[in-house]
Amino acid sequence: MSDEKEPILKIDDLSVHFHVRGKTLKAIHHVSMNLYEGEVLAIVGESGSGKSVLTKTFTGMLEENGEIAGGTIVYKGKHLEKLTKDKQWEGIRGKEIATIFQDPMTSLDPIRTIGSQIAEVVVKHQGKSKAEAKKIAIELMDRTGIPNAAARYNEYPFEYSGGMRQRIVIAVALACHPDILICDEPTTALDVTIQAQILDLIKDLQHEYGFTTIFITHDLGVVAAIADRIAVMYSGRIIEYGTCDEIFYDPRHPYTWSLLSSLPQLAQKGGELYSIPGTPPSLYKDIVGDAFAPRDPWAMKVDFKADPPFFKVSDTHYAKTWLLDPRAPKTEKPALIQNLHERMAATVAESHLENLDLTRTDAKEDETDGE
Amino acid sequence: MANDKETIVSLKDLEISFGSGKNKFVAVQDVNFDIFKGETFSLVGESGSGKTTIGRAILGINPTSNGTITFEGDQINGKISEKKKHTIERKIQMIFQDPSASLNDRATVDYIISEGLYNYGLFDSEEDRIQKVRTMLEEVGLLPEQLYRYPHEFSGGQRQRIGIARALIMQPDLVVADEPISALDVSIRAQVLNLLKKFQREQGVTYLFIAHDLSVVRFISDRIAVIRAGRILELAPTEELFTNPIHPYTEALLSAVPVPDPQIARTRKSYVYDPSMHHYETDKPKFVEIKPGHFVYCNEEEEARYIKELKQQGQL
Ligand SMILES: Nc1ncnc2c1ncn2[C@@H]1O[C@H](COP(=O)(O)OP(=O)(O)OP(=O)(O)O)[C@@H](O)[C@H]1O
Ligand SMILES: Nc1ncnc2c1ncn2[C@@H]1O[C@H](COP(=O)(O)OP(=O)(O)OP(=O)(O)O)[C@@H](O)[C@H]1O
Ligand SMILES: [Mg+2]
Ligand SMILES: [Mg+2]
Repeated sequence: MSDEKEPILKIDDLSVHFHVRGKTLKAIHHVSMNLYEGEVLAIVGESGSGKSVLTKTFTGMLEENGEIAGGTIVYKGKHLEKLTKDKQWEGIRGKEIATIFQDPMTSLDPIRTIGSQIAEVVVKHQGKSKAEAKKIAIELMDRTGIPNAAARYNEYPFEYSGGMRQRIVIAVALACHPDILICDEPTTALDVTIQAQILDLIKDLQHEYGFTTIFITHDLGVVAAIADRIAVMYSGRIIEYGTCDEIFYDPRHPYTWSLLSSLPQLAQKGGELYSIPGTPPSLYKDIVGDAFAPRDPWAMKVDFKADPPFFKVSDTHYAKTWLLDPRAPKTEKPALIQNLHERMAATVAESHLENLDLTRTDAKEDETDGE
Repeated sequence: MANDKETIVSLKDLEISFGSGKNKFVAVQDVNFDIFKGETFSLVGESGSGKTTIGRAILGINPTSNGTITFEGDQINGKISEKKKHTIERKIQMIFQDPSASLNDRATVDYIISEGLYNYGLFDSEEDRIQKVRTMLEEVGLLPEQLYRYPHEFSGGQRQRIGIARALIMQPDLVVADEPISALDVSIRAQVLNLLKKFQREQGVTYLFIAHDLSVVRFISDRIAVIRAGRILELAPTEELFTNPIHPYTEALLSAVPVPDPQIARTRKSYVYDPSMHHYETDKPKFVEIKPGHFVYCNEEEEARYIKELKQQGQL
């Protein structure tokens, strides 16, 4: 990734192994990436490709049977891969690097009031008094859009709807004033209106507090709305990364092509949806060549023999595919995802959205196009 | 929609409540719609709006407190004979929201898929049963060698397909598919949706499809009903609903659907629905057919306004 800026988090050649009944599962395979201050990096990729495992290493949250088998994770000069004991993680996990998980109930204590759970974090991480902490907690609840925050301070999680609980988890994470916020599918279980509210909220707070975000999701619509840059994962590897526009409009790896092709917006009504043939490779076996080759209609002989290096597409865009080798035959991305923007614009135009004038949002004036 | 469609399920003035007396909570009310044979009818709406509750009422799992549910011309809610119940339990199948919670983890895939066949004696011989299970397994893209494995040994997408095989092997007339794809990544999601479509083409199955991903709903549905707080607010054929939504809640819902395109996403505005915009104190709302096949929940004042707008747009 670009060398101009100093990354806030620098991952080099990271590998993660799990030990399962005497066998080794290689969940992360020689991954390198940089995270830059203030950006939103989205991580996308197939289920089981290692998105959660990768980010768990940043907070020392790997399960007992997992280990960092090689590589480095450097955060502000500290080598996180060397930290082993919970005590060593104390100042970092939750405080400097916080995670929001998919299911809010796993992060909230069902038998303690919402307010006290936020206030506790404020006392612990910001060193405030109890009274001050309560004030800050109510403010945060208010900021995250909880109506009557003061009155609802003493309610329990079960009295909140799913979307409200998720906002509380975000409030708790933000109470720590983290440098890096990791969101692991925070909106998958929510309906679109609540999802939109939460995305707006994260964007707003990011402008205000200036934290850096890693956002994991299967929903490419969410990615398009929130990401500055995107990293695409497949079988424990990052196989392509670039700016949001580069990945959507100029993808280079055949897996990224397949991922975009599966979008339901691109399918003909009454026709078939594109789905990737075959299954991902077993992570117990050593993969020879490009991990995606067996499912890749564009695979060349070399893809079954040698692991491709990253080829540079632009200063910000790299892809790990032999198709970018100067000797490879020139290959166009599939027709389905050419003119992606025009196709998507057409689906939006077909619906009422173009002429909807009841709009109210946080979109900045200067960004809105003249309708 | 044309009237020549054959109705398979009909909900009339349906009300479903939980608890009683002071604790009575009406989860679903005044629900009226027909599902046509062979179509995919979708229910969309916010979390907690009553989608699963309606699906479960059709299966007879949730008792109803008012109204009727008719299936193939027979009333199936309230008191019904054991015999009728037995028949319905075969003809109406459900695919559950969470496959891991709905599959018996101590039973093999073979047993899970065969359970309904055993209950209804739907096979001639052991060979016949095995044949049926294998065929179904293949249809859903699983391998024969996986027959004797247990649910926890499968990935989420594979478990979802086991749930689908179990429902479809009964050759049901109606399948209630409750968020069958929410937990799946885009590619596995595509596989599952293609499979459901294939069964509909080949066997004429009718689906009541419940989901919150509206781009998927748009792809798969013939008609869509929008539900909020237990009431159906709008019902229309799919493209009609997406291109000409009438109820402000539907507009809010559609405006919030993320579009996988960075340029559009950057300028996209979503709008928030405020239920206090309606004035229903004296002029009471009804569910009216404002255009053929397009229903909306509104009072007389709103109906007049909607009609005026539709006329201005040349739609009426
Ligand atoms: N504790 C563990 N023991 C053994 N294998 C594990 C463990 N945790 C994760 N894995 C394996 O590591 C791989 C990567 O898992 P991970 O959870 O990172 O996937 P993911 O990309 O987040 O997928 P999803 O989109 O489904 O959340 C998977 O094959 C998974 O089965
Ligand atoms: N067994 C029950 N007892 C009491 N209340 C219930 C019960 N089942 C559902 N409810 C309530 O009925 C309402 C409708 O719930 P339902 O599960 O149908 O929502 P849904 O639309 O399926 O939501 P989701 O999208 O979150 O699945 C909710 O307020 C719920 O809390
Ligand atoms: Mg994950
Ligand atoms: Mg439900």
